[in-house]
Amino acid sequence: MIETINLNRKFGSFTAVDNLNLKIDKAEIFGFLGANGAGKTTTLRMLCGLLTPTSGTITVNGLNVVKNPEAVKRSLGYMSQKFSLYGDLRGIENLQFYTGIYGISWTAAKTNIKSLISQFDLDKYLKLKTSELPMGYKQRLSLVCALVHNPPLVFLDEPTSGVDPKARREFWQVINELAYRGKTVIVSTHFMDEAEYCNRVLIMQAGREEVCGNPLQLKQSHRVATMQQLFLKIAGADNAQS
Amino acid sequence: MNVVLVKELGFAYGLQAALQNVNLEVPEGLIYGLIGPDSAGKTTLIRAICTLLPYKQGMIEVLGRDALKNSAAIRAQIGYMPQRFSLYKDLSVEQNLEFFGRLFGVNSQTRGQNMEKLYRFSHLKPFAKRLAGNLSGGMQQKLALSCALIHTPSLIVLDEPTFGVDPVSRMEFWSILHSLKQEGISILVSTPYMDEAEQCDLISLIDKGQIIGQGSPADILAAWSGWLYRLKSSDLQNLYRFLKAQSCLDDLQLFGGEIHLGSDSQLSDSLFINWQRQCPCLEGWEQIQPSMEDAFLKMMK
Repeated sequence: MIETINLNRKFGSFTAVDNLNLKIDKAEIFGFLGANGAGKTTTLRMLCGLLTPTSGTITVNGLNVVKNPEAVKRSLGYMSQKFSLYGDLRGIENLQFYTGIYGISWTAAKTNIKSLISQFDLDKYLKLKTSELPMGYKQRLSLVCALVHNPPLVFLDEPTSGVDPKARREFWQVINELAYRGKTVIVSTHFMDEAEYCNRVLIMQAGREEVCGNPLQLKQSHRVATMQQLFLKIAGADNAQS
Repeated sequence: MNVVLVKELGFAYGLQAALQNVNLEVPEGLIYGLIGPDSAGKTTLIRAICTLLPYKQGMIEVLGRDALKNSAAIRAQIGYMPQRFSLYKDLSVEQNLEFFGRLFGVNSQTRGQNMEKLYRFSHLKPFAKRLAGNLSGGMQQKLALSCALIHTPSLIVLDEPTFGVDPVSRMEFWSILHSLKQEGISILVSTPYMDEAEQCDLISLIDKGQIIGQGSPADILAAWSGWLYRLKSSDLQNLYRFLKAQSCLDDLQLFGGEIHLGSDSQLSDSLFINWQRQCPCLEGWEQIQPSMEDAFLKMMK
């Protein structure tokens, strides 16, 4: 679904992304982890066609991102836990708004949206003002807003930070369901408990790939109990404390 | 001695109950954690303790004084670091420290000494002239903490100081809190991150305005009753669907590399072997210890 070859991005003399080679499969839940300044955001912006690489190639869903940034944007959805919904609008109005934003007609989008609504158990909440929804349902609604145009690829930015554990686990069940049905899910997060839900994670450091793999296998091969410990081991908590 | 004592505290925003029957005892000299998700009531509770909330139900004593009657005396003796960035972004690091020092009436000589001491643990001295708005998230939090400490309070109250900060800076922040504790400062700190519970000596778990668990992190985990298993598979989705269809299981969680299965009773190997026969992609199982998140989930029920 996504492939980068020798991807580089420089800002002046600063190398933000350094020779990154990535392959992300269809229907995979893939996590980008890294401290601030590790190159996570720069990479994601390039994958979305929002930033041009200094060198290297990126293919997303069979499209060359540098040559077809607009087509790539249409093939992805984006959800952030913060600011994605209008609290004063009802659930259904948020969906209509996002359908418009993605430039498709409500009639064309309706079948897809209806099936998402029933899949995520949102029917009874659509008439309520969005600010009055329980947190877990707000999240589901913002996810559906990112999927109104039925993209094969969806980006989640810290989707469950600060949410109660019950709502978080339910939300990840929804995400797993999406992946099971063939969507590719890219997660960008600081939160190591979110990393546990990814099929594979990439930990970046100074623009480069530090480790990449399945959370369980990474934890076992580095002899740590949690992703948090793995991250600190790799991203150098020892340096920060000294 | 308790530095904070809360008895049967209740508070509502209009009709929306924010806190219900909250009881809390924070002993002197410890790191005490308030742990719970967004909108659990942590900030409301912290504001009440910092004498910033006119509650009508219950009682709060801070450093032996009543929070409603002696707010001025309490404020002079505690350091409060609010959730949102509380600094002046267009003042430098040094100017922010000066400002908060003067606000608390610290004289110029003591202020200078305190600033030097605070620089030693924050490592912010090389950035003394930098504008607060140009610091990284982790450095801003260290500066906000330093400003809360400039008048040498005996108790500091920190509202989600590590929120939105990357894991490495979070770790560094906690190590600073541990060194403050060594100096005898009592610390009350809130966090939405369950994994930060282990940094605290004592914790209260908060959900929907109520305390759902209290004690040392080890005691809370030890009180978790039940069995938790980790299942491995080459095809997790397939195994998950198979297990989902077994009506006897309700506590099932699919992670990226493993499935966790919780049960009130011990599950026998023969049961797993039987499953394996029906669903060969089940490759292994082992009992694991619950995390703070597992404990929190159980207490929510």
